[in-house]
Amino acid sequence: MTTTTVKGTESPEPKPSRSFLQQLTTGTDWKSAALIPALAVLTALIIGVIIIMLTGSSFGDAMTAYWALLQGSVGSLKAISETLTAATPLILAGLSVAIAFRAGLFNIGTEGQLLMGGMFAVWAGFTFVGLPFYIHLPLALLAGVVGGAIWGFIPGFLKAKTGAHEVITTIMLNYIALRLVDFLLKTEIFQREGRNDPVSKTVEASAQLPLLLGWINPGLRVHLGLIVALAAAAFIHWLLFRTTTGFEFRAVGANPKAAQYAGMSITKTYVLVMVIGGALAGLAGAGQVLGVLDRATPGFSSGLGFDAIAVALLGRSNPWGVVAAAVLFGGLSAGGQQMQVSADVGIDLISVIQALIIIFVAAPALISAIYRLKAPVASTQISKGWGS
Amino acid sequence: MSTPPIDREPIESYEITGKRTKELTRRQIKKARITGIVMFALAAVVMFFLAPAAAGTSTFGLSFAEESIQLPPLSVPSQGSLWVLAMVLGFLGASQFFRGFQSKTTVILGIAFAVFVFSLMVWATAGEEFSLISMLVSTIARATPIALGALSGILCERSGVVNIGIEGMLLGGAFTGVVMGSLLGGWVGLLAATVTGGVLALLLAVLAVNFRVDQIIIGVVINILVLGLTSFLTAQVLVKNPQFNDAPIFQAIKIPVLGDIPIVGPMFFDQTIIVYGMFILIASVTFLLFRTRWGLRTRSVGENPKAADSLGIKVAKVRYLAVIYGGMVGGFAGAWFTLGTVGRFDEGMTGGRGFIGLAAMIVGGWNPVGAFFAALIFGFSDSLQQKFAVIETPIPGEFLAMAPYLVTIIIVAGLVGRARPPAADGQPYEKE
Repeated sequence: MTTTTVKGTESPEPKPSRSFLQQLTTGTDWKSAALIPALAVLTALIIGVIIIMLTGSSFGDAMTAYWALLQGSVGSLKAISETLTAATPLILAGLSVAIAFRAGLFNIGTEGQLLMGGMFAVWAGFTFVGLPFYIHLPLALLAGVVGGAIWGFIPGFLKAKTGAHEVITTIMLNYIALRLVDFLLKTEIFQREGRNDPVSKTVEASAQLPLLLGWINPGLRVHLGLIVALAAAAFIHWLLFRTTTGFEFRAVGANPKAAQYAGMSITKTYVLVMVIGGALAGLAGAGQVLGVLDRATPGFSSGLGFDAIAVALLGRSNPWGVVAAAVLFGGLSAGGQQMQVSADVGIDLISVIQALIIIFVAAPALISAIYRLKAPVASTQISKGWGS
Repeated sequence: MSTPPIDREPIESYEITGKRTKELTRRQIKKARITGIVMFALAAVVMFFLAPAAAGTSTFGLSFAEESIQLPPLSVPSQGSLWVLAMVLGFLGASQFFRGFQSKTTVILGIAFAVFVFSLMVWATAGEEFSLISMLVSTIARATPIALGALSGILCERSGVVNIGIEGMLLGGAFTGVVMGSLLGGWVGLLAATVTGGVLALLLAVLAVNFRVDQIIIGVVINILVLGLTSFLTAQVLVKNPQFNDAPIFQAIKIPVLGDIPIVGPMFFDQTIIVYGMFILIASVTFLLFRTRWGLRTRSVGENPKAADSLGIKVAKVRYLAVIYGGMVGGFAGAWFTLGTVGRFDEGMTGGRGFIGLAAMIVGGWNPVGAFFAALIFGFSDSLQQKFAVIETPIPGEFLAMAPYLVTIIIVAGLVGRARPPAADGQPYEKE
């Protein structure tokens, strides 16, 4: 560790003027767009092997585990379906984090926004009985959007009006959402009849997202939510790069003072970005309860919101980059299940690998130092401490 | 703080000159009105919801049974005291609404909340006995990891490095503490926890100082990494080998004479070594930061690294040291969760205490003593929640569990605008 880093300190010459955001907007050269992420994934996987071996397994065991990982992610139609199912919420939640990054905000609250969106959606899903699906399904999805948007509005508003740092408020709101879900699932409105454990009522069939490949095999779980997520990615791309609002987001993210001087409203941007981010996360939660789970249970978000941070960073906050990163992480997650079952290597290894991927993506100089690449890319800067 | 509360208002100018403009006064009046209404609302809650439901007397125990000097328990008639407390709140609200306490508003609001919390306690214990002393003791115990976490953040941030990874350092310390404690005893465990925090901090320092990676990203990564790694190792190793997850617990050590003082004794002089460590660290870091050459250098690097550099201070070295010390404090704090309480590790057992520590740091104005008092507030709300869960109040447990997080949001939103972080906090420094 130390030897490589000490070497690395001398050689790389990061240009401080080239900020993370500038990289994100101009980073089209193939090295920063593809090579660094690819090497980051590779390096993280290699470190993963070392960690597996440290727990007393042999190199062969580690390879068996990785083979299971590969099989479980792309080895069959079923595996691909699982990968895409896992990628669906990650696309939406990743977009939620990415759009906030663009405006210079760090939305760690995706997890809580996802939970609230899911609760709203599940409520709409079981409450309205007898509606045709073309009304009920959009209504339930919309409910999810509203739930997430409310939960995103709070930190955005607090940031704009009081300067409370969104990192702290969103983390706290995550915990509050988690408890709120626990509470709601025990109330008469949500709890399934005749059950003592916290499980919500089942979503009506008319509000469930239809399976895309159900006509081949009903066990293929990939659902319409994937199309919704891709549409959302296209929409966010359009919003960010083709509209005045998107330009204002990016301007505020690049330099709030300059943006304000140019007559843009920082308050409006912060609130709007967090509302949109919350809405996307809420849609992700709605997709989970309407497409995969059909009900809500305590902590049904299962850390998706945190994986989303990794997805957004890996995708360099570009909507299509986020889609690619989400598919990769979806594969890791689906394969991780297989790895746990057939190779007895815990799925938590996947989050370690994900954390390592973020480190290497955020510090390309590390990768450059390890692989002796020329012209290393500058490290990422998105925030300037508590002030911004 | 760069974010002005309202657009197109010439905020910056009066922030610099310190002059009050008409705009500001009008906003102050509005603020006084709002806080007055909040206090009125609290008074109404006490008067119309709590008081009618409270019958009998509320008894607060002030001594443990085994103490040498026994204080008689404090008994108050529940309903009568609630009326009195409601009137106090109403009076405070009225004065605030019509006159305003101006600069003392925050203090008055704090007092009002304290009165309200006391009303809640009187209401919850109506007709029952409630051991106030055990709650106060657990307040100190629960404030310990929060205060130490805040201290960890202070050490890093005073040198200009933001540390969001306190949570991960706590969790890492808790994990290695229990494993090494199970194998080689509690003291080795404590040492291992401290070293773990230092190693994680080294990662933060390398990436932040040398590679100039965004410090908030590093912190988030440390949290995810440690959560994943400890959960993975728990599932792979600890579950199969429970002997690695069974560490001795540090027992409370009673200090002679001082430990016999009623109330104060059990709170401050009959605690575990980790709690004493917290007091010693708070005191010594305060001294080191504000009274020694090292402290002056560290703070100057956090405020203006360029100026410090031009005076010959090695910015990178100062930051490395401060961050590693901070990490060690964080790892030490992590030992509280395992070696200081239950002696075993559970996945994600720190439950956001590191982030609450971060909030305590901000509330305490990046000052160890201030952070300690902020940690006491969080420790109190934490232990109040535990107590209320035991005596089965009609408030759902989930809402009580939300309280510390809610308090954090309110305090951060209410205070951060005025709290001033070190000027170069979070900014990488590049020597020219």
